[in-house]
Amino acid sequence: MDSLVVNKVVADTLHSTHSENDSGWILHHVMDGNYLDFSPFLKVYLPQFELFGIDISITRHVIFMWLAALLMFWVFTSVAKSYKKSLAPKGSSNFWEVFILFVRDEIAKPTIGKGYETFLPYLLTAFFFILFGNFLGLIPFSATFTSNIAVTATLATLSFLVIQIGGIKNNGFLGYFKGLVPHGVPIFLLPIMAVVELLGLFTKPFALAIRLFANMTAGHIVIYALISLIFVMKSYLISPVSVGMALFIYGLEVLVALLQAYIFTMLSSLFIGMAVHQDH
Amino acid sequence: MIAEIYFALISLLAAGGGGGLLSVDQGLAFWTTLTFLLLLFLLKKYAWKPILTALKQRESAIKESLEQAEKAKEEAKKILSQNEANLAKAEEESKKIIEQSRQYAENLKQQILNESKSQAKKLIEDASSEIERKKLAALDELKIQIAQIAVDAASKIIRENLDSEKNKNLVQNYIKEISKN
Repeated sequence: MDSLVVNKVVADTLHSTHSENDSGWILHHVMDGNYLDFSPFLKVYLPQFELFGIDISITRHVIFMWLAALLMFWVFTSVAKSYKKSLAPKGSSNFWEVFILFVRDEIAKPTIGKGYETFLPYLLTAFFFILFGNFLGLIPFSATFTSNIAVTATLATLSFLVIQIGGIKNNGFLGYFKGLVPHGVPIFLLPIMAVVELLGLFTKPFALAIRLFANMTAGHIVIYALISLIFVMKSYLISPVSVGMALFIYGLEVLVALLQAYIFTMLSSLFIGMAVHQDH
Repeated sequence: MIAEIYFALISLLAAGGGGGLLSVDQGLAFWTTLTFLLLLFLLKKYAWKPILTALKQRESAIKESLEQAEKAKEEAKKILSQNEANLAKAEEESKKIIEQSRQYAENLKQQILNESKSQAKKLIEDASSEIERKKLAALDELKIQIAQIAVDAASKIIRENLDSEKNKNLVQNYIKEISKN
């Protein structure tokens, strides 16, 4: 992977030889774009659309999101098929079963409790969507769509909607908003608590969005920065150190990719549980 | 309206949509929403539902077979203990039968013994009574003979005509002679 990154970096450095201290190319690699970047070999430009005044062009991140979605659909329908043949599946189904059971038994069941089955499809889809996105981003020439704030904010918004709808469905509209303020709060504190709790409704998914975005962006930026050390220092001698450290960060990113999918799902599940069973 | 609120919510959750890295691309948000919801719908129908029901089925099957195994074990235990009890009972019975037959044999033996004893006794008694009878008969005969002899002797004495003293001696000698015989 690193040699490919180096190739990219070389190409970019050639583009901007006049300003070595410019960090714009790093952001350029992390951010979305309207082409698939296989530089230095080629750039595949993607079609652009507009609908009701919104630019809905197919971008790099959209392509990789679709790739993740297709992969997911293929993987999990084949897992489902293997269960039809026998209740004790073989091979890769066992691998995916570990994750599915993990989401069910370690995330949804303990945090939501009774009635967790309703939210399981959402949690499973979110978990694997983020997981696949994170891991796709670790493949050379690809882009990490989970490191785009628009994607993470959308996912957080969906979590937010699931939390609110779940809460309202289980406690009634008025009951849900009454239950937001904990019992036994002195009356003079009620207005403040109401505002705080209402803000809390939004800060929770906000934290979800920012956490995923920041974690997925930071790793990539660190890898690029370490590689760019070679060019900043203008010495080949630094390259073993740069590549070694970049590899280390890459290994860390594998861990982070798993961890962030888990954290996003875990916290979503936790908030759903809090909204559904308010008395706890 | 709803779409506007939705996108406003998204940009709110994206730290208000600043510039650079934090700028929210509405098109991407739109695609993310569409992709995710479609994926959720499809996976729910074609993957999560069959997988989760299969997992649940398998769990219940495992639980059931475990319970069944436990039950079978319990039953086997019961049968084993029953067999043991039956065996013990049979042993007891056989012991009893042996004891009974021993008792019976003992009784039989005693009976036979008693019978033979009494028979022997009877035989002996019969024999002794026979002997007594024979003895009495012999004595009777003896008495008759003695009387005969006495008469013979008396007649001899009378015939010889001897004195009384001599007679006495003669008789006495005669009796001695008889008893010697």
